[in-house]
Amino acid sequence: MAETAPASPRTRFAQNDDGVVVIIGSGAGGGTLAHELTRRGIRVVLFEAGKRLTLEDFSQVPGEAFAMLTWLDPRTQSGTWTVREDFPTLPSWTCKTVGGTTVHWTGACPRQQPWELRARTEYGDLPGTSLIDWPIAYEELEKYYDLAERRLVVTRRHGVPGLPASNKFKVMYAGAKALGYQRVHTGYMAINSQPADGRPPCLQMGFCVQGCKIGAKWSTLYTEIPRAEATGNLDLRAECMVTRIEHGPDGRVTGVVYRDPSGREQRQRARLVCVACNAVETARLLLLSESGKFPRGLANSSDQVGRNYCHHVGGFVWGCFDKPVHAWRGAVLAGVVEDETKNDPKRGFVGGYHLELAMLDLPSLPLAGLPYMWGRELAAVMEDYRNMSGMFICGEDLPRPDNRITLDPTVRDQYGLPVAHIHVDDHENDTAMRTHAQTQATRIFEAVGARRVVCSRATPATHNMCTARMSADPCDGVCNGWGQTHDVPNLFISDGSAFSTPGSANPTLTIVALALRQADYIERQMSARSI
Amino acid sequence: MQRESSAGRRDFLRTSGVLTGLLAAGSPLALFAPSRAWAVDLTTLTSAEGAILLAVCRTIAPHDGLEDAAYAVVVRAIDEQASRDESFAKLIREGLATLGRGFASADEPTRVEALKRIESSPFFQSVRVSTLQTLYTSPLAYAYFGYEGESFSKGGYLTRGFNDLRWLPEVPEEDSGPVPGA
Ligand SMILES: Cc1cc2nc3c(=O)[nH]c(=O)nc-3n(C[C@H](O)[C@H](O)[C@H](O)COP(=O)(O)OP(=O)(O)OC[C@H]3O[C@@H](n4cnc5c(N)ncnc54)[C@H](O)[C@@H]3O)c2cc1C
Ligand code: SF4
Repeated sequence: MAETAPASPRTRFAQNDDGVVVIIGSGAGGGTLAHELTRRGIRVVLFEAGKRLTLEDFSQVPGEAFAMLTWLDPRTQSGTWTVREDFPTLPSWTCKTVGGTTVHWTGACPRQQPWELRARTEYGDLPGTSLIDWPIAYEELEKYYDLAERRLVVTRRHGVPGLPASNKFKVMYAGAKALGYQRVHTGYMAINSQPADGRPPCLQMGFCVQGCKIGAKWSTLYTEIPRAEATGNLDLRAECMVTRIEHGPDGRVTGVVYRDPSGREQRQRARLVCVACNAVETARLLLLSESGKFPRGLANSSDQVGRNYCHHVGGFVWGCFDKPVHAWRGAVLAGVVEDETKNDPKRGFVGGYHLELAMLDLPSLPLAGLPYMWGRELAAVMEDYRNMSGMFICGEDLPRPDNRITLDPTVRDQYGLPVAHIHVDDHENDTAMRTHAQTQATRIFEAVGARRVVCSRATPATHNMCTARMSADPCDGVCNGWGQTHDVPNLFISDGSAFSTPGSANPTLTIVALALRQADYIERQMSARSI
Repeated sequence: MQRESSAGRRDFLRTSGVLTGLLAAGSPLALFAPSRAWAVDLTTLTSAEGAILLAVCRTIAPHDGLEDAAYAVVVRAIDEQASRDESFAKLIREGLATLGRGFASADEPTRVEALKRIESSPFFQSVRVSTLQTLYTSPLAYAYFGYEGESFSKGGYLTRGFNDLRWLPEVPEEDSGPVPGA
């Protein structure tokens, strides 16, 4: 079983030690960066608002797991997206625990495609969007994708076998092939198909979202973080929420203010600060750190912090059959149709989407996966639970300046700080893509005899991106191609906030690749004493 | 389901309520219940309120094959929350009073109409969420819907049917992968 406990005695660095790197958030971005820096001998203090759990703590009772792992501090929302009506208190779905949302995630690891990093050039100047190209080319990222895939032991890459086809994948496969789709397989998954990395192969338990109790799925909780601790260079401060990033008269950051586990305010000095709180909280923290010098929020002279929020065109499609599927058995997301991940404006929209295998456990299906709130239709779908199979749409949404994170003017969290307010208006391109994806998914299920197909509305955002984006021109974004903020040289963005555009790939592999690349850059800059 | 019913007597002694019923012969729920008769004690709501609430829960998630006993579990959960939280208790009481006693015995179209009128009310929304959260989480529901749930203690579904579907062709090796240990 994977190891979650620290290997060596706990390392502690002094609060007035201004030589440490502070990383905020221990998920995909922050956990990976912490390991990369500490193994190079750089001392890191890693802040995490949530608790440290072990594999034994994880629960396969869905409600219990949700309460244990989810970020439940309040957030508010507005806009035309249906999430506002359907999930008024949960616009975005992320974790608050050591390991962040990599405890929750389902492990799908597609890459962004070369043309997706040139979205503005490829799609043109579309009204109502704030598209830009990434300041880095795919070729610069490619090496780090390779490294990230090896680190996460992604299936179907670098000689790692695929995961075996589950019942629900057989349904998706037969339907997709009948429609003529070519690239259909069990996915590029950060879930072990064989023993690797000190972790066992997947037992097809089907509770990836509740935390994998055997560690077959990669999570920073039991890979990057204990390894960083073993270097003796990591001081992990769990249950410590950072409330403000401070800077000196020269505009460079000097450290952070945080609440310790007992709620008392504390300070930690730092040589540099890396923010990896997941896009909603990253933007919030920068906005909360406003000052006389940065009246609109830290590193926000461009007014881009919080703007261009992207969350993917998402949603479930369920097919109900006459025969059993038992779709809850087995890895949740291990299957994909890749053929629609192209830019073919003839379909009526720009950008592409993935169709991914999916299932929800019995109690979560009516709460998060159906378009019906109550009544006969809801019950009828539930009656089909044994005979259902599912898919999840993951498509590129377009950045809009007013789709953004702001500080709520009235609602406060337990520390008295304004909570994040999320505003999202769907763009017509998002709507057209969703309709196309739902139609194709429906055809897939009907091709294998579905007697009923049900499409959910949008789900709470599981993928959060672009709220502090990389840009070539400092007016268009918050950081450069290394994630270093344009305004503050020793402040870095180290999570999906830094994406210039969302692409159609699930974000985590790209977050990890960018963190690996950023670590190289930080090391070089620190040795050159530029930061 | 608690124990054999001596419901009549308890109902008489208390101001709070009790819901009672009889499981159908051959009910999958019988596996979990010590006897076919069941009773659920309520600490805050009265029997009459409990009966209206049970009808609301059934209208929210109407499974004809699922017996009242399964919905009574939801009523008990709401009652428990009401006994911990006074303002919640008030919300539920007032909501039930608005629907009125007749709701419990009304036919389904009438109940649906009544609920549609209050669909956006905090009362309805909170009963809706409690119903969905509790109903489909109970072992009773797992049995009814055939859901097998927790699998860690049994070694996952790797050797227990994750790939036992036979009504469609097998996936060729290049698009699938080896089954560990097979
Ligand atoms: C159900 C689900 C399934 C998913 N499946 C996939 C998938 O298959 N493939 C994929 O690519 N992605 C998937 N994702 C998304 C994936 O989990 C995220 O993209 C990824 O974890 C984001 O990494 P991150 O480092 O930005 O943030 P996170 O991993 O969320 O980590 C951020 C951490 O920062 C902490 N934090 C926030 N603010 C503060 C603060 N002020 N002080 C201290 N700590 C703070 C949080 O508590 C959290 O632990 C899924 C997400 C969900 C919810
Ligand atoms: S299906 Fe595999 S990855 Fe998911 S929880 Fe089970 S063992 Fe872990």
